[in-house]
Amino acid sequence: MSRYLLRFTALGYVAFLLLVPVGFVFYRAFGDGLGHAWDAVTTDRAIHALELTLMLTAIAVPANTIVGIILALMLVRTRFRGRGLLNAVVDLPLALSPVVVGLALYLLYGRGGWLGGLAERGVHVLFAFPGMLLATMFVSLPFVVREVVPVLREIGTEQEQAAETLGARPFQVFRRVTFPAIRWAVAYGVVLTTARCIGEFGAVSIVSGRIEGKTETLPIYVQSQYAFDFDTSGAYAASVVLALIAIATVVLLRVFQPKEEVL
Amino acid sequence: MGIAVIDVRKSFGDFAALRDVSVAIPEGSLTALLGPSGSGKSTLLRVIAGLESPDSGQVLIGDEDVTAQPARDRGVGMVFQHYAAFKHMTVYDNVAFGLTIRKRPKAEIAKRVHELLELVQLEGLAKRYPAQLSGGQRQRMALARALAVEPSVLLLDEPFGALDARVRQELRAWLRRLHEEVHVTTIIVTHDQEEAMEVAGQIVVLNEGRVEQVGSPRDLYEQPANEFVMSFVGPVNRLGDTFVRPHDVELLLEPDAGCSEAMVERVVHLGFEVRVELVRDDGHHLTAQLTQEQAQLLELERGQIVYVRPSRETVFSGAARPRDLPQSG
Repeated sequence: MSRYLLRFTALGYVAFLLLVPVGFVFYRAFGDGLGHAWDAVTTDRAIHALELTLMLTAIAVPANTIVGIILALMLVRTRFRGRGLLNAVVDLPLALSPVVVGLALYLLYGRGGWLGGLAERGVHVLFAFPGMLLATMFVSLPFVVREVVPVLREIGTEQEQAAETLGARPFQVFRRVTFPAIRWAVAYGVVLTTARCIGEFGAVSIVSGRIEGKTETLPIYVQSQYAFDFDTSGAYAASVVLALIAIATVVLLRVFQPKEEVL
Repeated sequence: MGIAVIDVRKSFGDFAALRDVSVAIPEGSLTALLGPSGSGKSTLLRVIAGLESPDSGQVLIGDEDVTAQPARDRGVGMVFQHYAAFKHMTVYDNVAFGLTIRKRPKAEIAKRVHELLELVQLEGLAKRYPAQLSGGQRQRMALARALAVEPSVLLLDEPFGALDARVRQELRAWLRRLHEEVHVTTIIVTHDQEEAMEVAGQIVVLNEGRVEQVGSPRDLYEQPANEFVMSFVGPVNRLGDTFVRPHDVELLLEPDAGCSEAMVERVVHLGFEVRVELVRDDGHHLTAQLTQEQAQLLELERGQIVYVRPSRETVFSGAARPRDLPQSG
């Protein structure tokens, strides 16, 4: 009896918190008909926003995946002064509100900031792509590291040492032994990183300047539609696009993942 | 090839794992590094493998000083306590690993891997993954993997430590036969004196980072260099300054010359062997080892008073010398 109660509570909790709101967005997106929803996401402005979001994601995800793996290896396999500090710093983006991140970049690259002089030399970071990329990379850094670190700890060093005694060079050890052992953790980290990059709003919103058709990402577009243009069904339709990308990433992972290794 | 370790020191922080260790391992021998945990035996093996670099001293394999060489260039094969199987590779790919790294032709690799799988009795399991093997099978796979690259030295770090007693027993006998077949210089690390004595031709006893004694199993048992070796290579009774092996304790029902009185505390039947735990009239506890036949003749019972006499005892005073005592009766 209590088992069913527990199950009911857990499922109810998930449904109420997650499924109902997302389902409602889907429901409302198609409230004014499929045609209206399609029109809303195929305007030049919406397509540009989608392209910009995908572009940011396409650069930030590979960069943070490679750096994330290197950081994880450093944290687990090496000892150096300041390792504890590095470990804490990697978590900073998780702890810090994205608004604070945006503001920090804004002040750093803005007029009077330490790197404010760049704009005068023609390198525009704020209200332009580079600033938005920096903000996106900042907030999505920890995911690969956090997924890979526990797996690296768990597999230990014996397999790597065995490979070394069998004649493998450091990179061969990584490619043939270490990477295959952590690949699902990396994949899961990539999914989380991707989701974070696509969904990022706060930090990007501040550094982008929200210039329509230029520095407007999909999440910013959604908010603009809703808050300033009062086109709620358009906002819902764009939200559905965001949600579908997220769902597709998760589904892709599940499809490629072998059954016995389900996380 | 033979191995020479010369004045090797290695510390981990404040802990001195090896203090001036020098050992010579003859070519083609099977040598055991024996000692309690923390004695430095595994560190010594890892220094020879190149997985740890010594703070000072030299390692020679054959005539070559390999101290500065990384593990991958030393031509050693290593087997780890927890198998270190490559979990994402099949048995075949595990064994083939070293040859694949060396970019040998596919046909040559296939031939060699199948030879080795036959040698370690894993033919037919080539396509399995390590998770589908038993512990003993995994360790034999690890051995085949180490042998695949034709190492000049085979290093085994507590290879049977994670296996249950029966499998361990089988694998020891199997390793002995394998060594006779392959004849590669082999070092096995163990904390189990019985394992060392059963498998190895030469034993190096280590304690607190120092070599206590090097010798054949029989040397160590019969001529232990000091107290530590005496008590580590077999059970021993300590009676003041003298040491007596349980099988050198004579039990008599009537008092006789050189005997002292003792009370039977417990009689333990271990099949062929019977262990009798005694307390002497001066308060010393000691154990006597008898055959079942001897025990039956004596009809020992708990609480019974008997007379004990060591037939052979050892006193360490600088230079140790066991002495045989004259026997009467």
